[in-house]
Amino acid sequence: MSTPICTPPSRFRLVDAFDEMLAGVFARPTRSMLTTLGTVLGLASLIVTLGLSRTAGSQIIDQFDELRASQVVVTARSSGGQQGSGRLPWEVETRLDRLNGVVASGAIADVANPGPVRTVALVDPSGDYEHVVPVLAASPGLLDALRGRIAAGRWFDQGHIDRADRVAVIGVNLAQELGIRRLDVQPGLFVGDTFFSVIGIADEAVRDRGLLGSVVITSAAAAEVFAVTRPERVVIEVELGAGDVIAAQAPVALAPSAPETLAVAAPSLPQGARDRVAGDVNSLFLLLGLVSLVVGAIGIANVTLVTVIERTSEIGLRRALGARRRHIATQFLGESAAIGLVGGILGASVGVIIVVIVSAVKGWTPVLDTWMPLLAPPAGALVGLLAGAYPAVRAARMEPVDALRGRD
Amino acid sequence: MSAVIELRSVSRVFDSTPPVHALRAVDLTIQAGEHLAIVGPSGSGKTTLLNVLGLLDRPTSGTYLLDGIDAGTLTDAQRAGLRAARIGFVFQAFHLIAHRSALENVMFGGLYQGVNRLERRRRAIDALARVGLSHRAGFRPDRLSGGERQRVAVARALAVEPSILLCDEPTGNLDSVTTASMLELFDGLVADGLTVCVITHDLGVAERAARRVRIVDGELSEAAPVVETVP
Repeated sequence: MSTPICTPPSRFRLVDAFDEMLAGVFARPTRSMLTTLGTVLGLASLIVTLGLSRTAGSQIIDQFDELRASQVVVTARSSGGQQGSGRLPWEVETRLDRLNGVVASGAIADVANPGPVRTVALVDPSGDYEHVVPVLAASPGLLDALRGRIAAGRWFDQGHIDRADRVAVIGVNLAQELGIRRLDVQPGLFVGDTFFSVIGIADEAVRDRGLLGSVVITSAAAAEVFAVTRPERVVIEVELGAGDVIAAQAPVALAPSAPETLAVAAPSLPQGARDRVAGDVNSLFLLLGLVSLVVGAIGIANVTLVTVIERTSEIGLRRALGARRRHIATQFLGESAAIGLVGGILGASVGVIIVVIVSAVKGWTPVLDTWMPLLAPPAGALVGLLAGAYPAVRAARMEPVDALRGRD
Repeated sequence: MSAVIELRSVSRVFDSTPPVHALRAVDLTIQAGEHLAIVGPSGSGKTTLLNVLGLLDRPTSGTYLLDGIDAGTLTDAQRAGLRAARIGFVFQAFHLIAHRSALENVMFGGLYQGVNRLERRRRAIDALARVGLSHRAGFRPDRLSGGERQRVAVARALAVEPSILLCDEPTGNLDSVTTASMLELFDGLVADGLTVCVITHDLGVAERAARRVRIVDGELSEAAPVVETVP
């Protein structure tokens, strides 16, 4: 017999290691499934907590809340006839649009007793052509601040204000009522006894749909004709989340000498309160999730340790068949990691299902970051790996001679 | 014939107080194809000798050549490789894995040689046929008799395609009828050219071996008359 030149070390092929790992997990399926429970609960509660807070957070951005959250209204504080009642300026755009967080701003006032609105200068005894409609005085920025839209013609600009042009923009409802369909015929209307050219028809004003049935004239014309000197309120469209800051800054910008005379309607913040409540609940559940994950890890460690001791003679046999310590450690680590992985997959599934069910019950749109369910299986495997470390080391340290005799 | 195993003044001392001399300068050569029985009373060093022969334990001093390879110079990993490729173990307690079928148990032979699954399956089917248990391939160990279990264990050792079959009290858990059929199996394997080394205190088992050595208090003596060694 020829003497071999080299003696190769024993090998444990990856595919065989995988087979042995699966066989180990499925040797006691019930025990393995029960062992995964801790990981399942832990990861599921983590995903439910994160997913539900994400889902609930997204619901605040529905249309109604969004409109309210992005609007700041400043009015003059009525001080019951005392001196020092608030005064709003008309030129709000130049004061407010520079503030960081302001999207648009505009001032508005109702014209008191403007007189009937007519399209012809006749005094009709039957009153057929007379309409009593609201007349509003506005600054140029108002249309944007109300999220308005011009269907035909145009909105007025600073030039119209400077010249105090007798121009008007009318709402689409009023236009129908008055029979104004085209602007190229240069229609006009009388407000009281004053003639205004209609230069535009607005068909949308999201924040104040009353505008659609009104006549809007420039602040300057309103001052000259109807002696409207002050706007009644200033409407500011702010970026989401900037409401509080703008609410604090706007009075100072509008009335630097007496900001306290102005009243501000900032976005009421049920959202903030909701977030705080949700935050408390969140951290509690996150903590619970982490605790059950740790408990799950201890469970895996425990069961794997029991399994190692039960399988002492198998470990001895494997060593006799040429397994090295690292092969034994690999096998047991693989088994605990597989149990953790399965726990992660189940936990992610359970978590996602719970988020969907709760959302369905609450009528919410479930929102979940993709990475969360995807991260759960590797996280579970990591938990299993960590939990399996000590039992695997115990198994690897066994002496084959002792293990074959059933002594660990 | 070439030597499968060669021990040259191998000693094994266990560090206890007082130190236990389990093996004292043992010289032993096992030729290829030999059927050897090692006999001796409990505590005589039989098991220590088997562990040394099986590369499960390192001798304190002396030289051990397996197939001409000096095992003393090898790393643990290489010794594991040698064990995986050249030694087939048969244990008194069978050491079958309970939740695997007979075939799967036999397929453990060669697992740590890096032999691929298909080849191990082929070898396992052959080995089961050699021990006459092809009809039990799909059975789990708990549905096999004691003799059948030990045959499965022998098949597992054969699937390694070893240089030597090391058997530690292979009939210790078997009744006399099963023992007889087990010994016939060993005779057959030897006839096929396999080297078999049986460690036993059973007179009948030792008698079947062509050559007997006796170990007492760690000292080995050749060709001891079997009858006198049994108390």
